Amino acid sequence: MAVQLSEAAQARIEQLIERYPTPRAVMLPALHLATQEFPYLDDEVCQAVADLLQVPMVDVKGVATFYTMFPTEPQGTCEVHICFNLSCSLQGARRLLRRAERQLGIEVGQTTPDGRFTLRGVECMAACDRAPMMYLNDELYGNVTEEKLDELLHQKSSGE
Amino acid sequence: MEPIITRHLGTPDLWRLDTYRAHGGYETLTKALQEHQPDDLITMVRDAGLRGRGGAGFPTGVKWGFLPKDGRPRYLICNGDESEPGTFKDRLLLENDPHQVLEGLILSCYAVGAHLAFIYLRGEFFLSARRVQEAIDEAYQAGYLGENILGSGMNLEVLLHRGAGAYICGEETGLIESLEGKRAYPRIKPPFPANIGAFGMPTVVNNVETLANVRHIVAHGAEWYNSIGPERNRGTRMWCVSGRVRKPGVYEVPLGIPLRDLIFDHAGGLEEGRTLKAVIPGGSSSPILTAEEAMEVDSDFDALQRAGTMGGSGGLMVLDDRVCVVQSSYIISEFYHDESCGQCTPCRQGTGWMTKLLHRIEHGEGRPGDVDLLLSMGANIFGRTICPLGDAAVWPVESAINKFRSEFDHHISDKRCLPGTESIL
Ligand SMILES: Cc1cc2nc3c(=O)[nH]c(=O)nc-3n(C[C@H](O)[C@H](O)[C@H](O)COP(=O)(O)O)c2cc1C
Ligand code: SF4
Ligand code: FES
Repeated sequence: MAVQLSEAAQARIEQLIERYPTPRAVMLPALHLATQEFPYLDDEVCQAVADLLQVPMVDVKGVATFYTMFPTEPQGTCEVHICFNLSCSLQGARRLLRRAERQLGIEVGQTTPDGRFTLRGVECMAACDRAPMMYLNDELYGNVTEEKLDELLHQKSSGE
Repeated sequence: MEPIITRHLGTPDLWRLDTYRAHGGYETLTKALQEHQPDDLITMVRDAGLRGRGGAGFPTGVKWGFLPKDGRPRYLICNGDESEPGTFKDRLLLENDPHQVLEGLILSCYAVGAHLAFIYLRGEFFLSARRVQEAIDEAYQAGYLGENILGSGMNLEVLLHRGAGAYICGEETGLIESLEGKRAYPRIKPPFPANIGAFGMPTVVNNVETLANVRHIVAHGAEWYNSIGPERNRGTRMWCVSGRVRKPGVYEVPLGIPLRDLIFDHAGGLEEGRTLKAVIPGGSSSPILTAEEAMEVDSDFDALQRAGTMGGSGGLMVLDDRVCVVQSSYIISEFYHDESCGQCTPCRQGTGWMTKLLHRIEHGEGRPGDVDLLLSMGANIFGRTICPLGDAAVWPVESAINKFRSEFDHHISDKRCLPGTESIL
């Protein structure tokens, strides 16, 4: 059977289509919903979204691949996003990033073989007053020290 | 001076409607809907001289006046994409005081006659998304949104629209494309959004802080607003100070105060034993200032422009004497290259070449002539692209070379940073 979004998500998308000037404008909201329900957005998921919005699948795929928040391959359970833009770099962010690489045994952009962690260097997250900062999934951590990084990674790997 | 926009920040639960109302929230809207015609509000905002806080400093009332009166529906978009490196004021407002932004937005929609508005929020602002959605829901329940708002006959729908990770969505036409469900490829202007914007309709795009200002202008009038800041540069600015200062943070001060006061008084100055080397005043794309220049310049739009740079997004980054300007330039250049949407060859390719060359110079592999090559690459990008991201990538590098040339040359001759600097890479 073809892949489908949950009924709740489909209902939500239908509702939004009523409120937006065009169905296609519901693209990003729909892809956000799909990202919550599937580990990543493959062709089948894109097709499901395309059917709901009444647009060609390639259009959905074209959009999904443009934005960094829509994964097109499996991600670790914990996504470690360390900001490495200027203000954070001025407070040692790039050292932290290298430390995270060593601790997790992977390089930036990779996922650990057990699927627990994905590590990324990300652009300024508008929290430069708390530099260096990082996200663990949706949770923001500011003024991250090496000790704090180690502790958080340890917590996450022992399943907290 | 008492802050205006940030006055109540720090009040517990300010994001809730009750708390916001306890501090006078929505009184301005209630009064304005009874006492003013939409055109009065446009006049007020124009006479106040409010200039956009999103980057370009364009007069808001003038922008609103560009909307053609041809009966087509109009949309208003609040630009909450905040991704210019070094900028973190919109997030602060959206997380802590979303109703203030909403009230400004509703007043602005009343002024321009929009019945549908979007808050385009940066995708990674998870907490803001929750707080803004809650605020919108509360506002509907209280009758500040929806049909026949407060019995005035005004109708307004507001949708929170989350981005998904792409810097270029901050550029207004990239934002509009993204809102329409497409890749955020900026459009060639003209036509301007005021005429053909979102969904082909006349559209106003305003920054979060700009809309918050509208609320206070409507509350206290243009004359009051004109008492703050120098001529043509009225009001306050929420400066985001970060980098090598003791107290990084958002400081709301009248436009035009000396930049050095911002750094040395408000942000607490530099760490013991460090000296100021350079300042990037308005987000990472703004041309860099030497310490001497930064000590002399005032913080208003025009003064910064006269000094060859810009207030931009209000993201002020401080570099001290231990920072290598080649490294900071490389980090900035890499950012614009990564975020180029790829539509224009000079931007897509040129930013890549510049970044590579900066990397080579930084790594001690630069060759004589490389610095001039960088300048000529910049000249080939500048002004030859669809949107200003191309220029934004050139300004920081070009200005750094012009002002810190010896540091670049040193990297080529001695193959490393100046003595006394510490790597940030
Ligand atoms: C590359 C680029 C990125 C931009 N990013 C933002 C942004 O994140 N937030 C913002 O308000 N304006 C941003 N702008 C400016 C917008 O295009 C637009 O001018 C602004 O939102 C208008 O609002 P204002 O008149 O209230 O300043 C950006 C512009 C460019 C060229
Ligand atoms: S200048 Fe760069 S970011 Fe702007 S449209 Fe062209 S390629 Fe895209
Ligand atoms: S540079 Fe890291 S949050 Fe801005």
